[in-house]
Amino acid sequence: MSRIKEKFAELDAKNEKALISYIMAGFPNENATLSAVKGLVKGGADIIELGFPFSDPLADGPVIQNASTLSLEKGTKIGKFFELVKKIRKITDTPLVLMTYTNILYNKGYSKFISEAKKAGIDGFILPDMSIEESKEYLNAAKGKTDTIFLISPNTSKERIRKISDASSGFLYLVAVYGTTGVKTGIKNYTLKAIKEVKKQTKGKVPVGVGFGVSTPADVKKYVSVGADAVIVGSAFLKLIEKTPQNKIEQKISAFTKSLKTQTRL
Amino acid sequence: MKYPKSGRFGEFGGKYIPETLVPAVQELEENYLKFKNDKRFKKELDYYLKQYAGRPTPLYFAKNLTEKIGGAKIYLKREDLLHGGAHKINNTLGQALLAKKMNKKRIIAETGAGQHGVATAMACAALGMKAEVYMGYKDTIRQKLNVFRMNMLGSKVHPVKSGSKTLKDAINEAIRDWITNVENTYYLLGSAVGPHPYPVMVRDFQSVIGNEIKSQMKKLHNKTPDSVIACVGGGSNAIGTFYPLVDTNAEIIGVEAAGKGLKSGFHSATLSAGSKGVLHGMMTYLLQDKEGQITETHSISAGLDYPGVGPEHSYLKDQKRVKYHSATDTEVIDAFLLLTRTEGIIPALESAHAIAEAVKVARKHKQSESIVVTLSGRGDKDVEEVQNYLNKHVKD
Repeated sequence: MSRIKEKFAELDAKNEKALISYIMAGFPNENATLSAVKGLVKGGADIIELGFPFSDPLADGPVIQNASTLSLEKGTKIGKFFELVKKIRKITDTPLVLMTYTNILYNKGYSKFISEAKKAGIDGFILPDMSIEESKEYLNAAKGKTDTIFLISPNTSKERIRKISDASSGFLYLVAVYGTTGVKTGIKNYTLKAIKEVKKQTKGKVPVGVGFGVSTPADVKKYVSVGADAVIVGSAFLKLIEKTPQNKIEQKISAFTKSLKTQTRL
Repeated sequence: MKYPKSGRFGEFGGKYIPETLVPAVQELEENYLKFKNDKRFKKELDYYLKQYAGRPTPLYFAKNLTEKIGGAKIYLKREDLLHGGAHKINNTLGQALLAKKMNKKRIIAETGAGQHGVATAMACAALGMKAEVYMGYKDTIRQKLNVFRMNMLGSKVHPVKSGSKTLKDAINEAIRDWITNVENTYYLLGSAVGPHPYPVMVRDFQSVIGNEIKSQMKKLHNKTPDSVIACVGGGSNAIGTFYPLVDTNAEIIGVEAAGKGLKSGFHSATLSAGSKGVLHGMMTYLLQDKEGQITETHSISAGLDYPGVGPEHSYLKDQKRVKYHSATDTEVIDAFLLLTRTEGIIPALESAHAIAEAVKVARKHKQSESIVVTLSGRGDKDVEEVQNYLNKHVKD
């Protein structure tokens, strides 16, 4: 069983939902990332998504775009990133998901990239520009190694939801709003409807996480109350890291994580 | 490949897009397939191409240039004479009309130097619509006049300050807008790039170039041209020129921007020096570093300044059906001046890449042979750039 699957089983037994946090590796530097990870673990994050920067992050809003640019300027490279993952693995057993864009994997070769990531301690992948139609080689490469987390949008048809959930393992990532990451639009009725529809179509075969624009404990509470199995918070963590002095990151992130995590306990 | 149902030209192309865009791209494909063979749609588009844009364009025998070079006969396909001064209008009229049929109220587009933005603004004005155009911040400074032109035509220009602040970032931002406003927005892409069906749709709208070349050459010499040459950035004028001729015996050459030289790192020659990758919804040749990060490009012509290329070009390269060569900034300036002086035609710097290649090819071929060069646009927009280049490089 994958670390992610185990985590959901464990939470299920406690009648809890998952808090998934996203941070950009190397933003604003490697030490900040390590401190943030410690804070996330301490605060109770159930799964950690690590962003690996891409030059052209077309599904991301300004916060993650800027973090990507800065991380690349600071010299974040694949080899260094895997070293960082190994360091994180020494601190925690929390499931780690790598979020980046298709070209980063394609360029190295899906199989080679996924094997190296797995060896470093990565448990799953999220690729926002990988559509199910183009995923055959990627899925084959990940089979038996890492989870493949696909995205679903509120405008995805029922038939497609089933198709995508069949290809997904670990969890399904439901994009809460029409838009890029980190854009605050308030909780929309169509999102609540989409959560119910996706839950209905997936019949509990794979957990459903809701992300994009989720930033407060109130958001977490609302999505959990309508049936989300997990809630994903990203840009809000990056904003906090950006404005916090290095020596306070662990503590601040831990406190914020705790405030979000509390809302996942039913 | 006539209509690749899979969305792939061989291994190239596809739809690498965020899930939110999947229904929009499907809707686009369904409507494109419905209207492309619809008699009324075709008639309406033909009307606009003829009466508004000025088609057919002449196939001009460049007698002076031919005599000066002393080789094969050089013909110019005069897309520079179209309304707006470039081939871009062929595509924007087609897509704007399609958007109208699809009842889309909001049009967005990206632009590099501003040619596609202006052509979009014109087509939208003609059809009673409004466009919003994303343009790299750097390009809005370099091409101030085009920004003003778009504004006058009733379109809004959004300067893009992310990334390298040029065309590829304008495309990123247009895609982000599309994700956000997917329900009511039509994305009018300007080149034969992006997710399926854009590469094939843009090719079809631009194929009017190659089809006219074919019939015009037949009338003149009762044969197909021996060589056809066009410049390649994203590759829309080139694929429009090549596609109707790939089944003939014609030698076909695409010309990329070698900038300061292929080894200098300052160029946009994706097919000559790139490697396979995924960007802007397609698998194609890209300029990228060893880790898959897209690299910055350079060309004296803003219209070729793009790190990717249309997937059908990648396919034609690997099939060895089309040869892809390149021309440096210096060769391009020489070709620009040569055509201006010999024929009184000021070519766009993009098109001057094709002229530079044509001169080389003409020298190698017999006088009985004929070369067709697509002159994709006129060079009025580039006169200042050329002046600056000459002041800097040819002081004496």
